[in-house]
Amino acid sequence: MDLINAVIVLLNYTVIPALTYGSQLALGAIFVTLIYGILRFANFATGDMMSFGTMFAVLLTYYFQSIGISFGFLPTALLTIPFAIFMMILYMLLIDQTVFKYYRIKKSPPVQLAMVSVGVMFVTQAVIRIIIGPTDRRFLDGEKFILKATEFKEMTGLAEGLTIKSTQMITIVVTIIVVAIMFWFLNKTKTGTSMRAYSDNEDLALLSGIDPKKVVLITWIIAGILATIGGILYGLDKSYRPFVYFNNMLPIFAAAIVGGIGNPYGAFFGGYVIAFAEIFLTYAYKRFLVYILPESLEPNSLMQLLSTDYKFAISFSILVIVLIFRPSGIFEGKRI
Amino acid sequence: MRNYLNIIVAYSIMMLLIILVGIFQSWSIALTIFNYCMISAVMTLGANIQWGYAGLINFGIMGYTALGGLAVVLVSVAPVPEAWSVGGVNMMTCLGIIIIMIFSTRYILKNIQKSNKRNYLIAGIIIVGLILIKIIAGPAIEQIEAVDPAKTGFLGGLGLPVLFSWIVGGLFAAGLAFIVGKVALGLRADYLAIATLLIAEIVVSIIKHEDWLARGVKNVIGLKRPAPYEIDLQTSPWFINLVEKFHSAKLDLANSLSERQDILNQLVIDASSVYVKLCFAGMFLVVVIILLIITQKALYSPWGRMMRAIRDNEEAASAMGKNVVKQHLFIFILGSAIVGIAGAMMVTNDGLFTPGSYRPMRYTFVIWVMVIVGGTGNNFGAILGGFVVWFLWVEAAPIALFFINLFTAHLPETNEIKVHLINSAPYFRFLLVGIGLLLIMRFRPQGIIPEKIIKQ
Repeated sequence: MDLINAVIVLLNYTVIPALTYGSQLALGAIFVTLIYGILRFANFATGDMMSFGTMFAVLLTYYFQSIGISFGFLPTALLTIPFAIFMMILYMLLIDQTVFKYYRIKKSPPVQLAMVSVGVMFVTQAVIRIIIGPTDRRFLDGEKFILKATEFKEMTGLAEGLTIKSTQMITIVVTIIVVAIMFWFLNKTKTGTSMRAYSDNEDLALLSGIDPKKVVLITWIIAGILATIGGILYGLDKSYRPFVYFNNMLPIFAAAIVGGIGNPYGAFFGGYVIAFAEIFLTYAYKRFLVYILPESLEPNSLMQLLSTDYKFAISFSILVIVLIFRPSGIFEGKRI
Repeated sequence: MRNYLNIIVAYSIMMLLIILVGIFQSWSIALTIFNYCMISAVMTLGANIQWGYAGLINFGIMGYTALGGLAVVLVSVAPVPEAWSVGGVNMMTCLGIIIIMIFSTRYILKNIQKSNKRNYLIAGIIIVGLILIKIIAGPAIEQIEAVDPAKTGFLGGLGLPVLFSWIVGGLFAAGLAFIVGKVALGLRADYLAIATLLIAEIVVSIIKHEDWLARGVKNVIGLKRPAPYEIDLQTSPWFINLVEKFHSAKLDLANSLSERQDILNQLVIDASSVYVKLCFAGMFLVVVIILLIITQKALYSPWGRMMRAIRDNEEAASAMGKNVVKQHLFIFILGSAIVGIAGAMMVTNDGLFTPGSYRPMRYTFVIWVMVIVGGTGNNFGAILGGFVVWFLWVEAAPIALFFINLFTAHLPETNEIKVHLINSAPYFRFLLVGIGLLLIMRFRPQGIIPEKIIKQ
């Protein structure tokens, strides 16, 4: 019985939150990696682009709520996803045409494109703050919990409760669906194959008649979908605040590089590596050990490896370690 | 002379803008902007050495700035004897353990062949060391932080003069740059950018959360100053006399003695803040000029030519027998040290150390915009970039407000769009800086004052 309790404690406080957070990071990391693999630059506007898409979802959710549309027990924000994605893609294509296209045609070095993306980051941040302001916004409605701790305790008769928030479930399910469709698209369809070819060897791809304009267009569209969904899921689970989204860029970069930048599978995996490492290293194991160990050995400290303040620092340290020992990432990078 | 014409024109326009702020807003604001421009200029000089001379992209400016600030606290604040007596021994032991760890790792790296055995040994040393540190430091940290937590709760500094900390700040930053350089310099450009940014984040989060070191997010206030305090000035007779002489015409207009006294008091208060800022401005100007002379000399020395050669073609330079790796590390340390000095200058200017305020937006990206806008590879350009962008960053809100009012003049005061726009005026600084960067990158990629190669 104690063992089951211990497992429930771990599930409740580490595994489920880590899976959720990892899914959100994974979507962002695939976005970074796609841009890196196909358009060949590190996009420093990542966090703000995700924020931009989420902003529309937030505004539309408020609008839908005001005219009385709801999605039953699911959050209204899910209904707004198609519209938000549409706006996001429009914005991305606009930026691509006005800013990135020039450097792509000139074949500028990646560093220059990265600096340009810093400019885009500033502008996007300004637009977001001017439209919606920098404050914290919650836009979650519908059922909050799928499983409450008290219900679980009654059901099983265990001492520990298991809570599953609806946002956690939604995040995991939506991520699986989106990522599955994306991998299917990249691997099985003709357009997906041409994208991979373009990423592998641009000249060869051009020689075999692949239209670079189409590849770039499709890349931005997929990127827009991933960024918006990733952003909305994060916003539903925590809350929407532009500054936080900007900061999230850093663990997302870490996830993409740890997995091997340019490799979507790696990015997907990297998101979970970062999330699990962050949560497992900062969790206070006291409650878990109380169940596992005999009474004489019970710990009196919190049994926390690192304080939660260092959450971000952990993901960055992992990145630094990976960069030193395996610069191409856990999976070989630079391949789609 | 013609070669320098554009530089002179650009700097004159910049000075004119600051003087205009002085006339229209206030001299105190103008001087604050000027001082910050100067600090930014030192940071851009550092970044420009790395990016302009050697083509190394360092997004970790935030980390070096924070370390420079930490140096001010560690050098100038008076030590806290109670904290030292409860936890000093343990913390020193930990320092000793860290030093032992470093040396034993070095010994192993030198004397044992590359193998799994070596990796396990090193991992073992690190893990054992960390556990020891955790055991020894844990209780000590708790005790130190319990010493009068509202005021101290940290070990304090050395109580030395604050100017000394500028050098120490540079040294701290150089030390960090050595480690970062050893770890990350082999990476390609965009990886290097991300890696340095993330390492800087690690450094800042350590400074933020290790309260025993510099109080963390509880901030250290009331740091020493190399300039006189306003309060002292306001009570010292020579200063009041000086103000009286300076404003005698204005004072003579007063009708009665008491009114005259009121005006004088106000003038003295204003003048004291201007005087203090002028003191700082003088000191910063000295630093900027010294750095400018040194960097200018270096740029046109054989060493500078070698750096540019390495930047433009690494393989060719290394074929000519130049040690690219070593030179990269050296210039990375040099540039970071300058940024560290700037960080120390900034904290000295503010008189307080707020680790929570070190954010990548302000201390990495804005500085980079300065470097790109000013002119990569040209020190005059870098300094100008620091001035222009900082000026825009600060004055964007008033400028935006002016234009919003101009364009929405026909709308009533309660119009929702107008109110919303006026409330979001502060965010136009991002827009202005971002669009500025994009325009410069597109139409003048070398910056306002481009790099100049003197043929010899």
